[in-house]
Amino acid sequence: MDLAYTDDEKSFRNTVREFLKEKLSSRLATKVKLGKRLTKQDMEEWHATLNEKGWLAVNWPEEYGGTGWSAVQKHIFDEECWAAGAPRTVPFGLNMLAPVLMKFGSDEQKAHYLPRILDGTDWWCQGYSEPGAGSDLASLRTSAVREGDHYVVNGQKTWTTLGQHADWIFCLVRTSSEGKRQEGISFLLIDMNAPGVTVRPIILIDGEHEVNEIFFDNVKVPVGNLVGEENKGWTYAKYLLTHERTGTANIGNSNAALEKLKAIALEQKKSGKPLSEDPYFAARMAKVEIDLKALKTTNLRILVDADNGAAAGPESSMLKVKGTIIRQELNDLARRALGPYALPFSSEAMEEGYNEEPIGPDYANAVAAKYFNNRKMSIYAGSNEIQREIITKTKLGL
Amino acid sequence: MDFALNDDRRMLAETLERFLSDNYDIEKRHGFAMMDDGFSKQMWEKFAELGIIGALFDEKAGGFGGEGADLMVVFEALGRHLVVEPFLPTLMAGTILAGAGGQEALLEQVINGETAIALAHGEPSSRYELASVSSIAEQSGKEWIINGDKSVVLGGSAATQLVVSARTTGEADSENGISLFLVEATNGVTKRNYSTINGYGAAEIKLENASGILLGEVDQGYKLLERAYAAGIVAISAEALGAMHVATDLTVEYTRQRKQFGIPIGKFQALQHRMADMLIELEQMRSSVMNAAGNLDKDRLDREKEISACKHLVGTIGRQVAEEAIQIHGGMGMTWEYAVGHFAKHIIMIDHVLGDTDHHLERYIALGRNT
Repeated sequence: MDLAYTDDEKSFRNTVREFLKEKLSSRLATKVKLGKRLTKQDMEEWHATLNEKGWLAVNWPEEYGGTGWSAVQKHIFDEECWAAGAPRTVPFGLNMLAPVLMKFGSDEQKAHYLPRILDGTDWWCQGYSEPGAGSDLASLRTSAVREGDHYVVNGQKTWTTLGQHADWIFCLVRTSSEGKRQEGISFLLIDMNAPGVTVRPIILIDGEHEVNEIFFDNVKVPVGNLVGEENKGWTYAKYLLTHERTGTANIGNSNAALEKLKAIALEQKKSGKPLSEDPYFAARMAKVEIDLKALKTTNLRILVDADNGAAAGPESSMLKVKGTIIRQELNDLARRALGPYALPFSSEAMEEGYNEEPIGPDYANAVAAKYFNNRKMSIYAGSNEIQREIITKTKLGL
Repeated sequence: MDFALNDDRRMLAETLERFLSDNYDIEKRHGFAMMDDGFSKQMWEKFAELGIIGALFDEKAGGFGGEGADLMVVFEALGRHLVVEPFLPTLMAGTILAGAGGQEALLEQVINGETAIALAHGEPSSRYELASVSSIAEQSGKEWIINGDKSVVLGGSAATQLVVSARTTGEADSENGISLFLVEATNGVTKRNYSTINGYGAAEIKLENASGILLGEVDQGYKLLERAYAAGIVAISAEALGAMHVATDLTVEYTRQRKQFGIPIGKFQALQHRMADMLIELEQMRSSVMNAAGNLDKDRLDREKEISACKHLVGTIGRQVAEEAIQIHGGMGMTWEYAVGHFAKHIIMIDHVLGDTDHHLERYIALGRNT
């Protein structure tokens, strides 16, 4: 047991730091740090920068153009990116579709889609949830009926994050209503520009357009767009849930949020003294810091074990629950730290070019909005209640 | 970065676990706790033979371990079986003897299981403040004469040699001016022995012109104390972790067997999610104990921050696990006969040893201000 970073790991951290210093524009970093609205171009710009360096597909094996990094290296990269204020990479193609294609896709599919994810040709979004299928995902009803060399898709997906930018959507669709519900689901790739696809925005409580509804009205999808076998889509989706652990714990994200919180608590005053010296507030900050410190180690233990070939269990569920609780607690503390200045909000001030005098401190505008936005964390990707179900079923066998 | 145990430690863990599984069930444990000194001398000798006491100390001190990972392995196993023999007092007093130097002969006896030692540091009004020492030591020719009261001295009932803290200069709460002494528990030492609620031997100790041998340098005892407390906290936290694991396992198993409304109560979601949270927090606890153990020999500030973070979590996670274990067991969790209550009791009472969850949260904050 040795918890210290090796010399190689330390020098890797320096390399990442230097890269970020050189390649991450202060324009982007400032936007991220102030919680401003990122455009599609902002995200594409950062993807391109990472891809040029070969550091975009952090989780991919080298044979597909990934980094082939160890768990510890990925962890370091994640920490440094967040600390520097890099935009997060859009995960749908990179971290959600790609592993499924690599494991279950045809050679043709791999050769066609994977390079296009890397070079930014295709922006992917995820089509899992439906109005009637949230936590109970297997009850999904969007249907794909085989007609000759096409499927005809009808139905509706919802909560589709950044679907407004997407060229493609990977969907779970129903191809059979026989037998168990899980056994009639297939994994289908659908062109967002195909006739019959309609995107409608859903505005969330922070006023932002982040998610969408997607409607499919007799959309023709070539059978070549089926991934793996028909009616095996549930297995592929589950594979992703248990194997995709990187980033689940939100360590880098929470690190950056904690540092920001500390800065706010130092600047905000209570009875003339920094809020960070208030015993009650200091105790709440210390508690979440201690939890985060432990979670960092839990995360690394789990990722290093997985690197060493440990079987997938409910670990990603554990990381998801605890990681989101911590991240949301940090949002709550940041909001409280601002006191009355959490109240003023200007949607215009979320834009890059906004030049007017801020109301209160310049970092205050997005804080309450971010708190509301991050309430999603305990709901998305399998609500925390669903994660506890998974833990119970797999770990406790109940 | 490497989280795996090396082969030696894995063997140590297996040896100890096998020995305890064969010799230390809950009935036997109650029997040992009822013995005169609050533990079984025979078991203590066997632990010594197995090399478990030696695993607490490094080679310079005559042992073959002494690193954080050694303490973690040993104490986690002890916690799984609620072992009542005086490992913690031995570790803490022994760490001071080893740190001070010049006590190799005594340490050899300790490691062989022949001599019982304890650290007599806390006082009736010191609560958890490490620097709060009112006992007084004065030099008289070659020897030191010590007067004062020491409270809740774990292992103090059985110890024949005591490591005693006393003030040689400074105010009653000053870090500077504390000195440490080796005191034979005979002339000038009055013990009032008792058992703690969770079954461990302890004593209130009165020192009246007791004579002591100075350990280390005069006035400079605080550093040795703090290092001994750090080792003690790694140990007791690992012990709590072991006990929490058993409490959780027993609880899960019970919900498989126990039926209400015609089905096992483990099928009820209201209980399932709480057990899932217990499992998540157990992983957090293990990580925190590893952080503390892995930093035991690092720079003081790094070490102490991890130590306080860990002991804070032992208090909060421990309470969650212990209270849920009792609650989910229902009435069975309340009985003396069934094991889980004893595990819960030990986990809860560990919060009162070497600083509780509030004390260590406050300390963690204060240490953060020093960076």
